[in-house]
Amino acid sequence: MMEFVMLHLPALQVVVPMLAAPICLLLMRGGLAWMLALVTAVLCFAMSLLLLQQVIETGPISYHLGGWEPPFGIEYRVDAMNAFVLVIVAATSALVLPFARRSIRAEIEPSKQALFYTVFVLCLTGLLGVTITGDAFNVFVFLEISSLATYVLVAMGARRDRRALTAGYTYLVMGTIGATFYVIGLGLLYQATGTLNMEDLAVRLQPLGDLTSVRAGFAFIMVGLALKLAMFPIHAWLPNAYTYAPSVVSIFLAATSTKVAVYVLLRFMFTVFGYDFPVVELSLSTVFLPLAVIAMFVASAVAVFQTDFKRLLAYSSVAQIGYMVLGFSMASVTGLTATMVHLFNHAAMKAVMFMVAGAVVYRVGSTAVASFAGLGRQMPWTMAAMVVGGLSLIGVPLTVGFISKWYLILGALETGDWIIAFMIVASSLIAVIYVWRIVEVAYLTPAPEGAKPVSEAPLSMLIPMWTLALVCIYFGINAELTASIGQTVAEALLNGNGVSPAVAIPEVVPATDGAMEGAAP
Amino acid sequence: MEDSQFLEFVIGRYNYWLVIVLMMVGLYVVVARGNLVKKLVGLNIFQVSVFLFYISVGKVAGGTAPIYVDDPNALYSNPLPHVLILTAIVVGVATLAVGLSLVIRIQRAYGTVEEDDIQIADAGRDASPRAGGASGSSAPTIGGSA
Repeated sequence: MMEFVMLHLPALQVVVPMLAAPICLLLMRGGLAWMLALVTAVLCFAMSLLLLQQVIETGPISYHLGGWEPPFGIEYRVDAMNAFVLVIVAATSALVLPFARRSIRAEIEPSKQALFYTVFVLCLTGLLGVTITGDAFNVFVFLEISSLATYVLVAMGARRDRRALTAGYTYLVMGTIGATFYVIGLGLLYQATGTLNMEDLAVRLQPLGDLTSVRAGFAFIMVGLALKLAMFPIHAWLPNAYTYAPSVVSIFLAATSTKVAVYVLLRFMFTVFGYDFPVVELSLSTVFLPLAVIAMFVASAVAVFQTDFKRLLAYSSVAQIGYMVLGFSMASVTGLTATMVHLFNHAAMKAVMFMVAGAVVYRVGSTAVASFAGLGRQMPWTMAAMVVGGLSLIGVPLTVGFISKWYLILGALETGDWIIAFMIVASSLIAVIYVWRIVEVAYLTPAPEGAKPVSEAPLSMLIPMWTLALVCIYFGINAELTASIGQTVAEALLNGNGVSPAVAIPEVVPATDGAMEGAAP
Repeated sequence: MEDSQFLEFVIGRYNYWLVIVLMMVGLYVVVARGNLVKKLVGLNIFQVSVFLFYISVGKVAGGTAPIYVDDPNALYSNPLPHVLILTAIVVGVATLAVGLSLVIRIQRAYGTVEEDDIQIADAGRDASPRAGGASGSSAPTIGGSA
């Protein structure tokens, strides 16, 4: 039994949540659906850890769905990079769900709670699927599963504020345009190569670097994915979606969905096209690098002037995405390490901050910055977690944010780019301003006269929140684990050119079916 | 002489021109129209143009439908892009369904599906979402003021 599970781990990672979703729907009752969703998330987390361990021990795993050999059948391919992202996604879902129970009870109508968990688990399925698959069209399908679920989840904030509906609608239009751009790009690549498997694409694209249609395909795919990851300046959907979504959804989206989009972008840029590909290098230095730097400043500056805590965090996310893009646009091992480390670190710190927002909504009922007045005394643990998250956002030593920025600055200095290094520090100073605004209101402004006393957030919220806050501190002091994984990934992406031998599961059966060969012209 | 080469270039790629025209029409409608339903129509035209692109790419000149015939020299069209688009059509239909149901909810909450009117209706609101926690009022916001 155990052997069977270990053998089919890559498939189970996606199949388990996929099957759990309809069962959640059939359970009808919010409480039961929550239990099932929690069990599913914990199982997914355990499976992702097993996969990561397996990958570190034996190298990349190639799983052939249905026993079809890779260029023809769909392949699930797990290497250090996506195993790491799988852990981020699954761990976030396992930590968000304990938090979700009370928060959802307060924010979603009872009759819709089971539906909420159904869609939530579907979203998890989509994100895990995007991350694990090695087939480029499969990425599109899973991307749309997760995106469609996300539109619904965002719109469920309509009970608190009707603007959630328009936020969900805008996200749907932008997200669909992004996904369609991705499909156009993929069509152009398919036309040139006749394959959809990422490894196979990487091999066949090598000699085709001068083909205009392949270059156009590259551009379409990059723009489509940039829309999905809310890269400046096409981030317009993100602030409203994060602000009006239910608290739990904001936590989950901020920590996972943009990270998965960054992963797909890296996968295409460095594995499928490869760093040597003519347009990749050009686009990194002329498009991604300048946009990342502008994002760091503009989005941080906009965050300073927000009067709503969640919207402030949303703009801060756009700025932090800028740091991730900056990391890989340096195209050095240190820069890519910074991106991978920051994927993990930003997931942890943004999840803490949005959990604080969720706890404040639960107790106070508003996320306006002004409503934080006096909370430093009344919700000491929640506000302390907020300070930890805030210090991480700034990048103060002994927090995870410092590790990310350390690698970013190292990367910038390696290439001799003093200006970029200086800008990283300068943009961190803007983060000091927006974090300080909240801290000041929470600790130095007394609660308004006659306001009802507010009690501390319940334990079911504090425990996930502080688990993540401790993660922020622990990996800020001892970054060996994240940094070593990040470095392994970065080296594999830049030097190995992505094509490395993998352990095939199930063992390749010879002579499948000749008819499939017609697929490749 | 030059004219005929140019014509050949245009006519030989007529499927791409059609796709590009449809694509631009779709994107234009999404951007230019304020009506939320019309925006979805534009989005669908945009998606359909991509479907046509895939399907025309899969056609092999002189090839028959990819159904096995008893002839060793039979030339088949490539079925794979067609199958991919079958999946993409399902995704497109699901997106349209979610989009339309959102429009219905927006219509109930605001009483309109015009983007400008929605913006006017929300103009006076605070930046923060309305209270809705355990201690706040949790009145549903359905039945807007527009």
